[in-house]
Amino acid sequence: MKERNGKRFSTIRKWFSGIPALGWLLGAFVAVIIEYYFGESLADMLGLDRIPVLFGVVIMLKKPAAIPGAFAYVFMIYVLPVTIIARITSKAMNWLAVLLEKLPLWMSAILHLILLYYILDLWADMSDYRLLLLKLSLIAIMLTLSLNVINGYMGEFSCSHPGFMALGAYTASIFTVGLFMNDRILGHALISTIPSWMGQIVFPLGLILGGAIAAIGALVVAIPSFRTRGDYLAIISLAFMFIVKSGFENLEVFGGPRGLGGQPDWATLPAVFIWAVLCVWTINNFVESTMGKALNAVRDEEAAAEAMTVNTRKTKMIAFMFGAFWAGIAGGLFAHVLRYVNPGTFGLKKLAEVLAMVYFGGLNSVIGSIVGAVGFNLLSEMLRPLEIFKWIIIPVLLILVMIFRPTGLIAFKHFDIREILKPKLKMKERV
Amino acid sequence: MPLLQVKNMTHFFSGLRAVHNYNLVIEPGEIHGLIGPNGAGKTTIFNLITGVYTPTEGEILLEGKSIVGLQPHEIASRGLGRTFQNMRLWRHMTVLEHVKMAHYSKLTYGLVGAFFGTAKRYREEGEIEEHSMELLELLGVAQFADQNVLNLPYGVQRKVEMARALAVKPKILFLDEPTVGMTPEELVGMMEVFRTIHKEFGPAIFLIEHRMKVVMELCEQIQTLNFGEVIAEGTPEQIQRNPKVIEAYLGKEEVE
Repeated sequence: MKERNGKRFSTIRKWFSGIPALGWLLGAFVAVIIEYYFGESLADMLGLDRIPVLFGVVIMLKKPAAIPGAFAYVFMIYVLPVTIIARITSKAMNWLAVLLEKLPLWMSAILHLILLYYILDLWADMSDYRLLLLKLSLIAIMLTLSLNVINGYMGEFSCSHPGFMALGAYTASIFTVGLFMNDRILGHALISTIPSWMGQIVFPLGLILGGAIAAIGALVVAIPSFRTRGDYLAIISLAFMFIVKSGFENLEVFGGPRGLGGQPDWATLPAVFIWAVLCVWTINNFVESTMGKALNAVRDEEAAAEAMTVNTRKTKMIAFMFGAFWAGIAGGLFAHVLRYVNPGTFGLKKLAEVLAMVYFGGLNSVIGSIVGAVGFNLLSEMLRPLEIFKWIIIPVLLILVMIFRPTGLIAFKHFDIREILKPKLKMKERV
Repeated sequence: MPLLQVKNMTHFFSGLRAVHNYNLVIEPGEIHGLIGPNGAGKTTIFNLITGVYTPTEGEILLEGKSIVGLQPHEIASRGLGRTFQNMRLWRHMTVLEHVKMAHYSKLTYGLVGAFFGTAKRYREEGEIEEHSMELLELLGVAQFADQNVLNLPYGVQRKVEMARALAVKPKILFLDEPTVGMTPEELVGMMEVFRTIHKEFGPAIFLIEHRMKVVMELCEQIQTLNFGEVIAEGTPEQIQRNPKVIEAYLGKEEVE
């Protein structure tokens, strides 16, 4: 019996192993289109009030009576179309993947990303809640990845990430609100009317400014860290986070504890998506280079790294500032997605969240950080109906991950884009 | 001009005198041995010269220029390669990555190259990869290039460490007990490696060693250290006959 089960499982695996990334994307695209046009009527037919927003989990937890309906919905809208389309088009998609492989890698990657963007865009277009969740998940990816550079790749336990995020969020907000918005706290706009397309041009400036300020803040943490390791650095960085937080709480010019609101609506989905892609791209580039691998050398044996001509001080400083830069950008985007920012957001709770995402997803791994950030965000939204029990289930899950995979779900893995995009079936030559 | 010259080096660890009035002259291409009982201060001398500690007193000249007070990585990039007693390999890195890492100071693509993957970066990474593979092939461990170092047998790990030190392009190579814990066969192999390195690249070698076989066969000059002071200096034959050396290792003969 067991043997037969194993055999069945392996046939299923064989059935799907020949599908390239392009095939799965196409399947997802079709699924989303089906949901876009027929989702509502199907939900109606199955006796659901509206389209299940998060793969039916929220509905199931809220109303147990709706479980069969939600299951049927998820099966018919997502599971069936994705698998069927991916399987049917497998040959054609492999053929396409072979063609794409002949292009330069960046071109093929951009084509895949455009497809991915349209899938996400359509999916998020169906409800504002999805849109918000998607934006926050993309920001979480940036945060997790940038913290992974410090905590995973460099192996220092830094707790100052919410502080860097706050610096970025406030700097970017002050830039956009102060210059372009009439605000109760920051006064009249200096440049009162700008066409909306200009917004997308000046917004990156504000974000980069925020990232730069966060990177300068990182110097404050990095310099004492040359002499200390482990616990000491954790305490220094924790102190930094509290200093930043209470600093903003006491700065009445920026709204004090009540915070700063009225950011322009510039953090659109394409903007957030492009920033997230840039973040993943640069960080992955960095950690795959010998200069970036110096972080691992410093973590594993600092003395040996020094003896092999690695400038460990510079390496640590770069890692801190680079991580902080992306945390600052993520903070700026975060403030503009919510269009409100207050110091209370950037406290211990945020720290716990970011750390959990890093350690859940996996240390020293780009793909792990993406999985960790998206997984944690989805999970914490899906389990929202459980209210207080959510904060029992998620920590228990974390503990289980730590017991069975102490370095996280997908740790110490290379993120090889070529490997992901390549055709999965051996196609004949001359295709 | 000697390649490496140490003059009257003394070092205190907060009151404890670890090294006293140490002098050393190494000419290019020379193989110099440093022996002595455990705790005599051999590794401390290595750490002082390589910049891990700064000596309390004394001068260290590499090719006539003082290197006292420089960071270890600066000294290393001036042509001083070293290995460690306990190897200190990087746990999560492959063999090839180890050797590539030691080219760090020769990389010129900078942060822009690292972040944005410029053409220059891929060219330089390619060059150092090629050089690393040559070194691995020379030491006969090229077939392990893509494996994690922790999964390899001890002898291979030692060779990887040696390749890593050679990637610095050393004018002088510091070897800290390179044959510790080796079987006799591995020992013979390792001595062959030393000879190959010396023939191919011709660096001076400064060697800490406990196995007399290695020291006596390889070294041209030997210093014996006890309690931080040089008690004997000379050719292998002179050292072997020196009563002070015998005393330091075996203890004094009781005189009735």
